[in-house]
Amino acid sequence: MSDQTTGQAPDGESNVPHPTDEAGIQAAVEAALAAIEAAGDLNELKEARLAHTGEKSALSLANRQIGKLDKSEKAVAGKLVGSARGRVNKALAARTTVLEEAEAARILIEETVDVTAAARRRSVGARHPLSVLQDRVADIFVGMGWEIAEGPEVESEWFNFDALNFKPDHPAREMQDTFFIEPADAHLVLRTHTSPVQVRSMLEREVPVYVLCPGRTFRTDELDATHTPVFHQFEGLAVDKGLTMADLRGTLEHFARQMFGEEAQIRLRPAYFPFTEPSAELDIWHPGAKGGPRWIEWGGCGMVNPNVLRAAGIDPEEYSGFAFGMGIERTLMFRNDVPDMHDMIEGDVRFSQHFGMEI
Amino acid sequence: MRIPLSWLREYAQVPAEATAEDVMADLVKVGLEEEDVHRPTDELSGPIVVGQVLSLEKEVASNGKTINWCQVRVVPEGAEQTLTGKGIDPSGVQGIVCGAHNFVEGDKVVVTLPGAVLPGDFKISPRKTYGHTSAGMIASSRELGIGDDHDGIIVLSNYGLDPELGTDVFELFGLNDQAAEINVTPDRGYCFSIRGVAREYALATGTSFTDPATTVAVSEASEAGHDVVLADQAPIYGVPGCTRFVTREVTGINPSLPTPRWMASRLQLAGMRSISLPVDISNYVMLELGAPLHFYDADKLNGAITVRRAEAGEKLTTLDEKERELSVEDLLITDESGALGIAGVMGGASTEVSETTSRVLIEAAHFDAVSIGRSRRRHKLPSEASKRFERGVDPQIMQIAAQRAVNLLVELAGGTETTQITDVGAQPAPTQIQLPAGFASALIGVDYTDEQTVASLEGIGASVEQNSTGFLVTAPSWRPDLAIKEDLVEEVARVVGYDKIPATLPVAPPGRGLTRAQSQRRRVLQGLADAGLTEVLTYPFVSELQNNTFGAAQAGTTVKAISLANPISKEFRFLRTSLLPGLLDTARRNIGRGFRDLALYEGGLVFLPGEQLGSTVLPPLGAKPSDEVLAELFNGVPNQPWHLAAVLTGHEASASAGFAPRAWDWADALDAAQSVAGILGVQLEVAQGSHQGFHPGRAAQLSVAGEVIGYAGELHPQLLKDWDLPARTVAMELNAAALMEAAPAVVVAEHLSTQPLATQDVALVVDQDVVAGDVLAALREGAGELLEDIALFDVYQGKGIEEGKKSLAFGLRFRATDRTLTADEASEARAAAVAVATEKFGATQR
Repeated sequence: MSDQTTGQAPDGESNVPHPTDEAGIQAAVEAALAAIEAAGDLNELKEARLAHTGEKSALSLANRQIGKLDKSEKAVAGKLVGSARGRVNKALAARTTVLEEAEAARILIEETVDVTAAARRRSVGARHPLSVLQDRVADIFVGMGWEIAEGPEVESEWFNFDALNFKPDHPAREMQDTFFIEPADAHLVLRTHTSPVQVRSMLEREVPVYVLCPGRTFRTDELDATHTPVFHQFEGLAVDKGLTMADLRGTLEHFARQMFGEEAQIRLRPAYFPFTEPSAELDIWHPGAKGGPRWIEWGGCGMVNPNVLRAAGIDPEEYSGFAFGMGIERTLMFRNDVPDMHDMIEGDVRFSQHFGMEI
Repeated sequence: MRIPLSWLREYAQVPAEATAEDVMADLVKVGLEEEDVHRPTDELSGPIVVGQVLSLEKEVASNGKTINWCQVRVVPEGAEQTLTGKGIDPSGVQGIVCGAHNFVEGDKVVVTLPGAVLPGDFKISPRKTYGHTSAGMIASSRELGIGDDHDGIIVLSNYGLDPELGTDVFELFGLNDQAAEINVTPDRGYCFSIRGVAREYALATGTSFTDPATTVAVSEASEAGHDVVLADQAPIYGVPGCTRFVTREVTGINPSLPTPRWMASRLQLAGMRSISLPVDISNYVMLELGAPLHFYDADKLNGAITVRRAEAGEKLTTLDEKERELSVEDLLITDESGALGIAGVMGGASTEVSETTSRVLIEAAHFDAVSIGRSRRRHKLPSEASKRFERGVDPQIMQIAAQRAVNLLVELAGGTETTQITDVGAQPAPTQIQLPAGFASALIGVDYTDEQTVASLEGIGASVEQNSTGFLVTAPSWRPDLAIKEDLVEEVARVVGYDKIPATLPVAPPGRGLTRAQSQRRRVLQGLADAGLTEVLTYPFVSELQNNTFGAAQAGTTVKAISLANPISKEFRFLRTSLLPGLLDTARRNIGRGFRDLALYEGGLVFLPGEQLGSTVLPPLGAKPSDEVLAELFNGVPNQPWHLAAVLTGHEASASAGFAPRAWDWADALDAAQSVAGILGVQLEVAQGSHQGFHPGRAAQLSVAGEVIGYAGELHPQLLKDWDLPARTVAMELNAAALMEAAPAVVVAEHLSTQPLATQDVALVVDQDVVAGDVLAALREGAGELLEDIALFDVYQGKGIEEGKKSLAFGLRFRATDRTLTADEASEARAAAVAVATEKFGATQR
């Protein structure tokens, strides 16, 4: 008797059923099916396949005997053995699929990693928030059809002061705490504001002029929590026929809403600047301010002083203009709750990296 | 400017319940910015009452100190104590230990009773001391925070006071008063006075106002007063230094009388110390009317007063007892003995009013703002007087201010008025401005009625005459800032209210978007961040050595740099010619904070002075300079190209379990520069470089179209040591402006071939000092049009290669646009490539 359960190849012809022996063939098939079913993995299945469908298997050997049979028996035997082998092969294929799937699943489980242990392979870069904010401001104005204008940081005293209607000896001129370039009679300064770009823009362009001038500015303040000798501003200038202070307010209101949300409010207070008349301080309502909602001083603005238009060769009887200026550091400080100026200027990578590419 | 509300109430309709905050909220509408609140009661609370010392026993304590054990009555004789609380004796008599000795039995004093709190959160309660229970304190003005009297406790009779016992000291000393502090802009000097602020308060609230100037009746002059000569020999900008000089004289004053509490308390609340009665009176008048006065001891004057500029070498000892060298620009008040003071800035010591003064000569003068400003800056002598003169004092207030001082000296110091009055100088003509009808509405965008216009302008003190084209406005004498019609528009707009201005949005002409340079800058800045670098912004102030090291390739070169006349630090007084010093400094700071793996970059201007630095021309304001002058101004502004630099140190990421990050090396610095060029679409030419800041064998010189625009590589080991930075720190710097300009205006598309690729490798043996880049360029040149790409994939030295030589292996990719290349065609092209390399560098095939 063959050992049907182990799938051992039957040895010797004595175990081979006669190809017309229906019971014998059936027994071989059942032995094969049992062995296939018993196979627990692909290796065992391979052994079962060799034992029951291999050259030395009962069914193969029975099959080989068909050729020797009489014609009358051949048909019966062929049908009987063929059907038997078909059943075994089908079972083999089915079992293979099952075992392959199980194997694949096992491998996937074996390949499990601890995702929380992963290393950062690449350092993450970042823009400086002051640069990002500067770009954001520029984009808002570009969206309104304005141009972005720039000027030098070492600037002629004339552009920084005189062209902006700062009289020599005026206290406002000294108020600026100017860095002067040596020698003094070169009349060069580190620009104290972005306003000199106003006059440059008007000289370079035909009216109407709508420009925003962001840039770096300098004053002789010592670095502390709220002051830095090197800082950034942006300056807006519009010169056209019939511009009014209402246009100034409308522009600032639109801008404030883009920067701080639809609920943002602004307030204008009378003020003094040599280059605007009338002049105003611009406050913004900060609902999220530390210590409760309040007005926060944001910048200065006003209608361009006729002397400034004249300095650029524009007739103030024909054209009027408005201008405004804000500090970028200051804006970042209250918009994004930066408590200390040092964080913005010391270049500590944590400061920029926290923001990433956004503000 | 600090405004005590009690003072303001004398001239404006401030509601009794209004706080300093309320007043500031009103004033901000007309442009006086809120600054602070000063309120003695924030630091001081009662009960603080008047008491009388009934008895005083001197006891010597065990520590040798003599103290006074006092019985002090704090309610009127016969009255009952109505106050209650721990330590308050129902009898109305408190037992108090006092260490001061400047009082005697019967003196009326200030008693802080148990329950009172003094400045510094000093709580008064009964306490055991020197064998007694001291139930309260007899207070000094310092303890109350109202003065810095060191002479002991307050004896009320010294202040000329004899109040009823139990009187509330807050009322008595004006301590319930409060001050609103406002910020005054430089154009509004008149608001450095109660007079000016009261007017603004009335405008802000639509209430009435009494001009304090109208409450003073100026006495008729009986005869001329002290001789005064205005003799300015060198006016600045043609404006005489002194335009008006009034003197008055008061005789027989008692300068040692105390300043009344009401005055002292107002001065103190206004931020000024009470010094002596005459000084306090002069300050009081200045604060009230905005006119700085000067008092002379008339007996110390020698003859006529002359107002003139200082002579070369002249000196003066000022009130602060400093001897000052005078400039010929300083305007002086002098007498026949010499300089008495710097006009409007500081008086001299010789004629100062002292405790022996009996005759006071009052000076009420008007000085030129520019002259005063220059003297103040020159001598670093900011004073309450100079602050007002620099911003403009009402030239018509002189007689009134002098009279007000006379009245107070008579009333408070026991003096006698004299009517010898000097008043020299010209009355300035009032400023008249024509405001065209409709102009204010057109500039502001609000339809102002004629009534609003007239009322606003009259409200500020102007007189207005309506005429056929608008309004002829005569500016008030205290408003020198009103000069053009736009100034009047601001007055109308602010009096009616800036909050009435609507919001309209003007439409700009169709825009052009960012300029090419602006978008290029954005892309490269973003590109480096995307590549894992972190942007920082550094100060442009560097040392001479730093500029010389990084600003020039050749060691020993002195870089031409711009220096600041007034730098923050003398060493770092130069403007950068390279971004690297700032970046290295920032790297070092980060490393100091524990961040050793860094990739930093910065984009910013560097400052490269050319032949011409600045220009001596300074055209006048209010007019466009000629084209020649403008060209001169533009040419004087130094070249300031936009640079881009990066510093990398440590590793590309932090080490972690199972991950060993790569250390940054020279090639990463070069790669950063290549990324920038790649973003801009520019081909960088890389050659072996030599730059004193870099490792002599590990620096790449970067060029575009043959022009050197930067360096990249490993920094010089010695430099890294000097900077205390890690070895192998690498860096790059590019003149990004030049790179951006070299970028193609329009990028022409590459026509892609889908024909099959033919690859050929070649290994060439060359001398060791031949650089791969040159061989690659030669191969590229020789290979011709069929070459699609070429890359170096191996460098080998050692077995099989002759000493002093190296083998460079290149992969060449060939592709035709129109056909499949045959093996022969590819081999031919390869051979042609090798031929050029052989010709140029003696390369042999391995």
